[in-house]
Amino acid sequence: MSAPRVTVVLFPGSNCEEDALIAVRNTIGADARLVRYDERDLGRPDLVVLPGGFSYGDYLRSGAMARFSPAMDSVAAFAAAGGAVLGICNGFQILCEAGLLPGAMLRNAGLRFVCRDVFLRVETKRTPFTLVLTRGEVLRVPIAHGDGNWTADAETYRQLAERDQIVFRYVDETGDETPAANPNGSLGNVAGICNVAGNVVGLMPHPERCSEEILGNVDGARLFRSFATALLAHRS
Amino acid sequence: MTVLVRVFLKEGVLDPQGKAINDALHRLGYGEVTDVRAGKIFRLEMSTADPGAALGAARKLADQLLANPVIEDFSVELAPAGAPR
Repeated sequence: MSAPRVTVVLFPGSNCEEDALIAVRNTIGADARLVRYDERDLGRPDLVVLPGGFSYGDYLRSGAMARFSPAMDSVAAFAAAGGAVLGICNGFQILCEAGLLPGAMLRNAGLRFVCRDVFLRVETKRTPFTLVLTRGEVLRVPIAHGDGNWTADAETYRQLAERDQIVFRYVDETGDETPAANPNGSLGNVAGICNVAGNVVGLMPHPERCSEEILGNVDGARLFRSFATALLAHRS
Repeated sequence: MTVLVRVFLKEGVLDPQGKAINDALHRLGYGEVTDVRAGKIFRLEMSTADPGAALGAARKLADQLLANPVIEDFSVELAPAGAPR
């Protein structure tokens, strides 16, 4: 069985691309490479990761400029064909701006950049990244963002819930979605969502920053391992 | 020809910046301010001399890039002659 092929897209201003490469190499033995924002050939990946950072300086709105990169045309086509796409932090913002995921990001309700661990409750197993997790289980994953206040209109939100597209919610340590557990004011404590098909996932927290023992927390590795399991099932 | 594009968060969408500015104004004693919405203004210098074409292009590009229609509304207008730059 060949190693999972992972492409991490590098935008001007990305700063978590190396973390993402290392995480997928060390957790699932991925054959991982960077593709620049101005390239169109993604290299036949099994998974595309849009990493965290501040693409194009977050000018205008977070993710607004990156959406027009040549590589994003290829990512949109890859996603439309059922390819797995994971947007982390700025990557999630880009997916929303590109219309690959619903909703949009507002400034954090508290106006501050928030950099700390949060607790996430797994809401669905239908994505490749949560397939082997348990619905309702709680993960500890760090966040680091200023514009993570995800929002959508009431009808969009209702449809998301109905179609099982909410993947992670911010909760307290015991798994309750309290207002105090919400670090940025996002609608419904939403921390991550997926598209209708479930192959495109975006989340504000950083699983790549908690994927190895040396980092003090390995909860994030479970998303990547889940993807590897999903890929095996898909290939067989 | 100069076109101004104004972008604001939609009514009903929480504006954390506007709220913080509103709170700061109240702390400064400006109790007559009841609400603040923070937005953006873009000043576009257009090569065309046709007002309709300039406004049409501005609407299109505002919808495509300057505003995010999920959370923001925008308006376009020709800049009045002699307006400060």
